[in-house]
Amino acid sequence: MRLKIASAALAMTLAAGTQVNAETLKFAFQGTYNQLDPYSLNETFTMAMHGNVYEGLVRRTADLQIEPALAESWEVIEPTRWRFHLRKGVKFHNGNDFNADDVVFSANRVRAEGSDLTTRIAADVKVEKVDDYTVDFVLTGVNPILHSEWSTWYIMDKEWTEANNAVKVTSASDTNPNYASLNTNGTGPFKIATHEPGVKTTFTVNDGWWDQKVHNLTGVEFTPIGSDATRVAALLSGELDMAFPIPVQDIKRVDSNAGTSALTGPELRTIFLGFDQKRDELTYSNIKGKNPFKDVRVRKAFYQAIDVDAIKAKIMRGLSEPAALMISPFLFANSGDFSRYPYDPAAAKALLAEAGYADGFEVGMDCPNDRYVNDEAICQATAAFLARVGIKVNLNAQPKAKYFAKILASGGFDTSFYMLGWTPGSFDSYNVLLNLNNCRDDKGAGGPFNLGGYCNPRVDELTKMVLSENDEEKRNSMISEAYTILNNEVSHIPLHQQGLAWGVSDKVTLKQRADNEFHFKFVVKN
Amino acid sequence: MFGFISRRIAMALVVMFVVALISFLLFRFVGDPVNQMVGIETTPEQREALRQRLGLNDPVLVQFFRYVLGAIQFDFGNSYQFKQPVADLIGRRLPATLELSFASAIFALLLGIPMGVYTGLNRDSWLSKMFLSVSLVGISLPTFFIGILFIFFFSVTLQWLPSFGRGEVVALGSFWDTGFLTISGLKAIILPAITLGLYQMTLIMRLIRAEMLEVMRTDHIKFARARGLPNRSVYYIHALKNTMVPVITITGLQLGSIIAFAIITETVFQWPGMGILFLQAVQNVDIPIMAAYLLLTAFIFVFINLIVDILYVVIDPRLRTERGRA
Amino acid sequence: MTDNTPTVSGSEASEAPRSAMARFLDSDLLHSFLSSKVTVLAAFTTVVLMLAALFAPLIAPFNPFDLAQISILDARIPPIGMEWSDSRYLLGTDDQGRDLLSGILYGMRISLAVGFLSVAFAAVLGISLGLISGYVGGRTDAIIMRIAEVQLTFPAILLALLIDGIANGIFGNIDRETWAIWILTFSIGLSFWVQYARTVRGSTLVEKNKEYVQAARVIGIPAWIIMIRHVLPNVLGPVLVIATINLALAIITEATLSFLGVGVPSTQPSLGTLIRIGNDFLFSGEWWIAIFPGLALAILVLAVNLLGDWLRDALNPKLR
Repeated sequence: MRLKIASAALAMTLAAGTQVNAETLKFAFQGTYNQLDPYSLNETFTMAMHGNVYEGLVRRTADLQIEPALAESWEVIEPTRWRFHLRKGVKFHNGNDFNADDVVFSANRVRAEGSDLTTRIAADVKVEKVDDYTVDFVLTGVNPILHSEWSTWYIMDKEWTEANNAVKVTSASDTNPNYASLNTNGTGPFKIATHEPGVKTTFTVNDGWWDQKVHNLTGVEFTPIGSDATRVAALLSGELDMAFPIPVQDIKRVDSNAGTSALTGPELRTIFLGFDQKRDELTYSNIKGKNPFKDVRVRKAFYQAIDVDAIKAKIMRGLSEPAALMISPFLFANSGDFSRYPYDPAAAKALLAEAGYADGFEVGMDCPNDRYVNDEAICQATAAFLARVGIKVNLNAQPKAKYFAKILASGGFDTSFYMLGWTPGSFDSYNVLLNLNNCRDDKGAGGPFNLGGYCNPRVDELTKMVLSENDEEKRNSMISEAYTILNNEVSHIPLHQQGLAWGVSDKVTLKQRADNEFHFKFVVKN
Repeated sequence: MFGFISRRIAMALVVMFVVALISFLLFRFVGDPVNQMVGIETTPEQREALRQRLGLNDPVLVQFFRYVLGAIQFDFGNSYQFKQPVADLIGRRLPATLELSFASAIFALLLGIPMGVYTGLNRDSWLSKMFLSVSLVGISLPTFFIGILFIFFFSVTLQWLPSFGRGEVVALGSFWDTGFLTISGLKAIILPAITLGLYQMTLIMRLIRAEMLEVMRTDHIKFARARGLPNRSVYYIHALKNTMVPVITITGLQLGSIIAFAIITETVFQWPGMGILFLQAVQNVDIPIMAAYLLLTAFIFVFINLIVDILYVVIDPRLRTERGRA
Repeated sequence: MTDNTPTVSGSEASEAPRSAMARFLDSDLLHSFLSSKVTVLAAFTTVVLMLAALFAPLIAPFNPFDLAQISILDARIPPIGMEWSDSRYLLGTDDQGRDLLSGILYGMRISLAVGFLSVAFAAVLGISLGLISGYVGGRTDAIIMRIAEVQLTFPAILLALLIDGIANGIFGNIDRETWAIWILTFSIGLSFWVQYARTVRGSTLVEKNKEYVQAARVIGIPAWIIMIRHVLPNVLGPVLVIATINLALAIITEATLSFLGVGVPSTQPSLGTLIRIGNDFLFSGEWWIAIFPGLALAILVLAVNLLGDWLRDALNPKLR
């Protein structure tokens, strides 16, 4: 293994000396690309990187529409039976043919123990091979969004995986990493040439790719650069063709620099604040014996005390969209019917007084400082806004590892007031209603990411109806009803959808996807 | 003699054991590794099963002895983030850190020694005062800030030197990738090496200066002068030679702080060494990497200490009883 | 017993402490101080900065720690003299709309507090252990020196990362503002004590065999009194030098730790935290957010270092 990497690196060095590497794309991201097993970690960047090598039955276009990939077409032949017709003539990187056995195998593996993507296909779904190029998925109930998360369910080669003893998913706890977490064999447009996690990963082109290629690259070189300043500097100085994310304050600099520009757009992630509404007494507060957040007036007062437009102008530098809902307007057709409560500190003070807190109170706030765009700065500004209506916020901003360990179910939902961001993996409201707003027990069953424990039985009921409703219009009105309840009861304070900011050299053109996935296949370098 | 050395080795082993225990215990509190290993949608039941499989629910002592047993066989377990043996990961990153430390030490010595000699000999000259003040500026600003300023001027504004990485590396055998053999590799090491070496340079310069000032007053230098030896040979041969012993000792012992400061330098310049690996491990609660890193730095430190101690005894037998007791 | 010790030991031991004190107040020292313009300037700067930090609440135009006084709408206003500046903010504002001048004054307070407290902690711990180690000797000495060796394998930065991690585990439930400073002080101080211990131990070894100490021991004066009365004054010089240099180092270390994300909370920034925040705005043209606190830190540390330098030379009898 070691030898192979060394000699490959040497080969790269020699090659770089002779050929003009104008078509090698060099890019950097904030985080690292670790293991290569496509089922081991459900994390946006990792999944996007896998997506250059592996492909799913379906994929998403640059504007996130579902389109055929390894499946040429599909039909719902009965309400609970979906039939997928597979693309013929597709080969894996090692030359093996792609066929129905690979799909059945992958469907089992993605749901197996150790997989982090078990939600892609429910455990009770039966996957049946009809012939070599036809596969049926038999459901136990109607599900109109069965394939909505399948653009990141990548198909693996059955023969290759079995031959290399990699059938068992490399889970977090495996003491011996299996072959698939160190090597890849997909059907996608790129192959991994060298991979040194945390240092560098290089890709070469898959010349046998089944689809028409748009890119003109001969290779890709990825380096993780954690420090914002260094990443921006490397882009500005021309050492990189592309870097992301670009801190919002540096967008102007990247734009004004000769040879680079910033590509910005709305992201699907919604940033919001949440309250502990479940405990009878807040863990971090000077109010004892009761929980002020159980009173909707207090929650609404917090909502109206925060000026999201000022946050947008001063912290996000215009690169955010204040949100009325817990989901991006791009993902819900009726979003236009909703609007935010206005910023009104006077009204907030009145609401607090009405609720019996005229002199305000103290509350501890949990916030990450390396997860979302300017997360800590937003929390600080929130603390300052609340200070003006008499609420003293004790801010506890931490790196994401410690932060998530504290506030999630595994930490016992140990928070009174927190910031969180959420992108529904299925791009659909059902995911938002279930995960963030359904009643939960102390372990998190019910609504696992409803950290504050907001609970309204009608919302739960609507959520269940939404899941099995096939009629688009009826479904949307059910979702609207649920969001109206959430809005009236201020279950959370939606703040904004943060913006995406990629720094791009003028030498390349590419497409930016709103889910922040970077696909090399759209890159043209001149 | 043999008894003394074996006693020192036994002591070193005890120190290592204590370091292992401390670092292991510390990490029990750093955070929950399970959160880092799985995605956000993993259920509490799956998380609990994972804890069980990782042995995180066993008594701390059991976990510790399991760890020590492995460490003795160079098995530090697998990294939670990378799913690869920690020994491999560290082994692959070690050359980058050692080359950076080496380059920064060379920089510190090449500049620090002449400046130290000069300021020691010309105590009141204008240039000496400038050397002293300028070198003080180097330790009056935090390393990360100096690094960023360097990048700002030399990479972004002037575009002379790269802002990140090691450039192209060449494999020497299967264990060592070196950046010293390519132009881009040499260019890449300049900024990080200077950033890391500034502090050591100041330290060495001031140490040499102080030693020079003292040595110049000792009798044998006075005699040498009295014997009519030319000034230059007195300064450089006799005086400097006498200052070297403490300098070498201190430089050796400073290795610990070079390795610690490499964490910051590597982070700023995205230098793919052990320091950045360690910091990523801290942020991601990757306990096996953190523990192995601490053990390794402790080992390097204890090892050097041991060598220094033994050398002392070899050179100066009078120290035997005194140090043997200590 | 306490009645007659001073008279008995006083006459016997007078030469040692007196010479140390004498060295301290020697006119040579004063002369050497006054003759070095750089040192006078450094001392003056240090005193001014320390007073400014101490009386920050009286001098500063705003209280940057009071969130109700900060408005995000005032964020990133440039310093006076530049376009878009605001007469209320002499040095401009940071990304949260905090007045930078006030931020620097209050931040210096925190930096100096962490510096002084950690140095005091290290000195007390190191001197005590050094005295005990040198005076008692034997097994105690061996154990203490072994602990010192283990300690040296954890440089300040590593140590602070580790201790912060533990503190988070233990005090995670209490809000960070209350314990962050103490944890920083503790971990920075802990990494400095070895230097004091080794120095003090060395002097103690020399001192304890001198006749006056032997004599005091013979007439039954308790060991701790001997140590405090007779040994301590002799090591004050070197300890003071180490302390000065450590003060500068502690302030820098605190700043560095803030960069690594284990510093004081950003709602109550130290100089280092201000620089860390300002770092993010260097490329976007809002240079003042990093440069002004950076200058303040550099001047403070430089002045303290220069004082330490002078002190080291002045107190070194071999150089006079």
